[in-house]
Amino acid sequence: MQLEYFRMIDRVVSVDAGAITAEAVVPEASPVFEGHFPGHPLVPGVLLLETMAQAAGYLLLARLGFARMAFLIGSKELKLRRFVRPGERLSVTARLVHEGSGYSVADAAITSADQRICEVREMKFSLQDFPAPELAGTMRAQAARIGLGT
Amino acid sequence: MASAFDRIADIIAETSDVPRETIRPESHVIEDLGIDSLDFLDIVFAIDKEFGIKVPVETWTQEVNSGAAPASQYFVMENLTKRIEELVAAKSGG
Repeated sequence: MQLEYFRMIDRVVSVDAGAITAEAVVPEASPVFEGHFPGHPLVPGVLLLETMAQAAGYLLLARLGFARMAFLIGSKELKLRRFVRPGERLSVTARLVHEGSGYSVADAAITSADQRICEVREMKFSLQDFPAPELAGTMRAQAARIGLGT
Repeated sequence: MASAFDRIADIIAETSDVPRETIRPESHVIEDLGIDSLDFLDIVFAIDKEFGIKVPVETWTQEVNSGAAPASQYFVMENLTKRIEELVAAKSGG
């Protein structure tokens, strides 16, 4: 993970039409920890949500053949069960719940050593044409970096 | 079972801040009920689940934006209800 660059997913472990499992390792040091919190570094809850959203986003991009971008537009319920500290190895899973017209819905969760860390239900994504060609290229490059076929 | 109109109106009332009693057949979901695009997507998701269909919002939006269809065809409650009933009938082959 490179928290300050919003690169949350390190490696895709498995992916199929309806689900993805990915790995993310929290860095030992990050500028984020300088503020969150001094003397007590924790991954911010919003970045755990972002991590789950990115896993679901990669699942949707793969389904879409990287023809469109998935933008997070809401979620129904978020539970943050415990703190996540530097150096932790996280398993991130996301599952497609519904595929609508121009939007998709997914559930996601993060565990570490089989211990539940957080879950989010019914993340909604708006599926839109890439607003800029460089974004499409960047997403393909990011997907290749984490082992997701494009 | 409740009518399709009542089921859709219930979904709108439960999904947004619109009082159920203000939702009438002639209500325009955007202009009269004040539903924005994000709330409308939540409503569409609930309708998809409730009726087991896939409301073609993208196609509807494209038709309205291009002038091929008036917004009222899809976004006035009685017409929205008809469109949903058509989708349900098409799905069941009826």
